[in-house]
Amino acid sequence: MEALARLAAETVDTVAKTAADEKNIAAAASAGFAYGLAAIGPGIGIGYLVGQAVSAMARQPEAAGMVRTTMFLGIAFTEALALIGFVVFILLKFA
Amino acid sequence: MFALEFPPINEILRWREVAPSLNKVGIIAVAAALIAIVVFILATRQDHRKAPTGVRNFAETTVEFVENGIVMQTMGRDGLGWTPFLLSLFVFIYLCNAPGIIPILQMPATARMAIPAFLSILVWVIYNGAGIKHQGFGGYFKSVLFPPGVPKALYALVTPIEFISTIIVRPFSLMVRLFANMLAGHILLVTFALLSEALFQARDKVLVPFGVLPMFMLIFLTGFEVLVAFLQAYIFTILTAVYIGGAVHPEH
Repeated sequence: MEALARLAAETVDTVAKTAADEKNIAAAASAGFAYGLAAIGPGIGIGYLVGQAVSAMARQPEAAGMVRTTMFLGIAFTEALALIGFVVFILLKFA
Repeated sequence: MFALEFPPINEILRWREVAPSLNKVGIIAVAAALIAIVVFILATRQDHRKAPTGVRNFAETTVEFVENGIVMQTMGRDGLGWTPFLLSLFVFIYLCNAPGIIPILQMPATARMAIPAFLSILVWVIYNGAGIKHQGFGGYFKSVLFPPGVPKALYALVTPIEFISTIIVRPFSLMVRLFANMLAGHILLVTFALLSEALFQARDKVLVPFGVLPMFMLIFLTGFEVLVAFLQAYIFTILTAVYIGGAVHPEH
């Protein structure tokens, strides 16, 4: 991650760079990675979860209501990880 | 290529104060509470023996949704006493989320940390309080920290995990889920609005027709936000119901 940040810092113009600039560049470079990496797991998780829920509903349409409630609960827990990644992104980018 | 300046985060979140410590987010939150109170009071004024009309129709549908879709699914018949609390939570969060897509307002009040933080602390106090009330102080913490059916030696591992997940992570994740979803939606709308504006006003005239693309995306995302506003209110309420149900009736 640090190497990538350094690479990003080098490709940006090398004129007059203060410490604050360097910090901003490193933050911007790692902010994207923070969110991108955080989205992988929940992406796979939610896809799998909803797929299984749909197949359960297709097999047993009378249980659809219960499956849907449980599915939303599962999505809420899985999605939290991606959202924490998003908050980290916000903190890195703007704070 | 074209001038695209993303405004600093404060510009899209912080608003000029109308009165000391009352800005747009505060007004939206107060209005949400007032609208909910007025609608439900008007609904109760109607004669309940006649067929419901207008406001009462709407209020009955909402109450029925909370009873059948949230309470019965998670807590069962015993939990129906919690309907008033869950209903007010649901309606308030929904009315705070909805202004995110209402023109002119264009700001979900829950995209500022204050409201989700307050609500999740409230929920934390309530589900812990309900658990302590129903099982006693010792009984509640025994059922939370020492779940039955676990080999004795594993308690060294299970108890800290249970403590962190039940007492610390739950309110935090409840808060972050609502806040981050609404903030993400808001920033997404701002981004696409800015993109289409920049393309429509591009100096290079070839680019101007392409401004339609982000605009379509903006329209699509606005529709998506309608769904998200409802879904987040629903998820917050249903998780509250699950937490309260778990605290009141522990697994044996």
